[in-house]
Amino acid sequence: MDNIISIQNVSKTYDNGFVALKNVNLDIKRGEILALLGPNGAGKTTLISAITGIVTTSGGSISVDGNDTVKEFREARKRIGLVPQELTIGAFETVWNTVRFSRGLFGKPYEPEQIESLLAELSLADKKDNQLRMLSGGMKRRVLIAKALSHEPEILFLDEPTAGVDVELRKDMWQTISKLRDRGVTIILTTHYIEEAEEIADRIAVINAGEILLIEEKAKLMQQLGKKQLIIELKEQADQLPTKLKKLPLELSSDGLSLTYTYDINADASGITSLLQDLKEEGLQMKDLQTTQSSLEEIFVDLVSRKGGAQS
Amino acid sequence: MNTRAIAVIYRAEMMRAINTLFQTIASPVISTSLYFVVFGSAIGSRIDSIDGVEYGLFIVPGLTMLTLLTQSISNASFGIYFPKFTGSIYEILSAPLSFYEALIGYVGAAATKSFVVGIIILATASMFVDMRIEHPIWMLSFLVLTCITFSLFGFIIGLWADSFEKLQIVPILVITPLVFLGGSFYSIEMLPPFWQTVSLFNPVVYLVSGFRWAFFEVSDVNVMTSLSVILIFLIACLVIVSWMFKTGYKLKE
Repeated sequence: MDNIISIQNVSKTYDNGFVALKNVNLDIKRGEILALLGPNGAGKTTLISAITGIVTTSGGSISVDGNDTVKEFREARKRIGLVPQELTIGAFETVWNTVRFSRGLFGKPYEPEQIESLLAELSLADKKDNQLRMLSGGMKRRVLIAKALSHEPEILFLDEPTAGVDVELRKDMWQTISKLRDRGVTIILTTHYIEEAEEIADRIAVINAGEILLIEEKAKLMQQLGKKQLIIELKEQADQLPTKLKKLPLELSSDGLSLTYTYDINADASGITSLLQDLKEEGLQMKDLQTTQSSLEEIFVDLVSRKGGAQS
Repeated sequence: MNTRAIAVIYRAEMMRAINTLFQTIASPVISTSLYFVVFGSAIGSRIDSIDGVEYGLFIVPGLTMLTLLTQSISNASFGIYFPKFTGSIYEILSAPLSFYEALIGYVGAAATKSFVVGIIILATASMFVDMRIEHPIWMLSFLVLTCITFSLFGFIIGLWADSFEKLQIVPILVITPLVFLGGSFYSIEMLPPFWQTVSLFNPVVYLVSGFRWAFFEVSDVNVMTSLSVILIFLIACLVIVSWMFKTGYKLKE
């Protein structure tokens, strides 16, 4: 897969001195869904704004399909559709006119059939003559998506697409996104909801304090960092671990009522059978068993706090 | 050049006026009529003619300029300020078009609207007085130049303003006094010598004077001087706007 967007050494310091991006390097592959994951203020929106031309960069370069975003901005921007985070939309124009406007801005001729089908796809067909100010938040979000898709872009940026969106719309949105992906559109979405990234992305980039901490295939990331834990609740309190069990990755809780066994889901043998056998032999009686798997969220929190700790 | 983008910006701006067509047409018609009732008939009937021009007729060019300047500035400044206010400016910034193309769309639409309003005012005025236009080409040229220049000036104000208050402050505190003291309703020769000199620093004096010359061949200053002043103002606005675009002033961080 070749890269459709290439970001090299991009940094951004705002006029007030705030450093939003520090030497960011990132390649985005053609046709993938990349989730840009990070807490509020991590630099996600600034990065998108730098690529789309809304903010100027303080250093570095960005190319979109081989076109420099400054020198060949027309070619670069033609390929991009942007759905902003805020519901930044006019008030008095109609849904139809605002979508038509967006299409024209990107230099595409007015084609009513195209707008018609786009609005239908986003369940906006019956709202086409409504003024924007009359729409609900969810509907406005749909209109912003319609505007972003009006010029049939190859790349779609969704900045916090599901912020303040109800379940139904969220489901619709995922459907739209996967349809777009099937058509070969590259999708970059920012989110601070881990589940979103987990659910939909092919690759995940973690950004914090203006730095890309990690970029990895989602499956690999989950695998690499994915650990599973078996929690064994004991019938009776244990003072300490039996000597035989001390060599295992086993921890006794401070109240002495539960044992936590950590194992790797990718390993050939989990060692659970022999552990249970050992417990029986040592005379420890079990009350209950449960397993937990580290989610992307834990991975993320772990990563961000580790990096933070290393800096301070 | 992204002509389609220019066209949609122009169209969207014109649609705003068309959607409020009644307001667009009615307000200049009503305000012009009121001026004529008050100044033309009630007061004007007691005022001698100025430079051989009946007072009601004499105020036509100044009155047109008054509305033209205010309309151009408010149309253009609001046109660019509103997307900044709602945030929908992101779309202009991320679209494949240059700032200059956006400028042509916004300023072109604002100037067109003021031009139409100017024509409406002249048409309304001709219902009250016997209209006389000695140099129609000059008259139209002044009209077009003023519409463009002051729409551009309004665009600059709209870019500069970061609150509705700032958006209003220049038209109210600067433009209205300049227009009223710019000889819209009198010849500056009627002022004491000191104020005549002061008036020469008011650019609107040149506009009104030149415009009035096109109607009656009566002017306070030479028509060429008038033309030069408006051209200088136009160039100044272009310089400012190109500096704003170059630095991304209040548009891009």
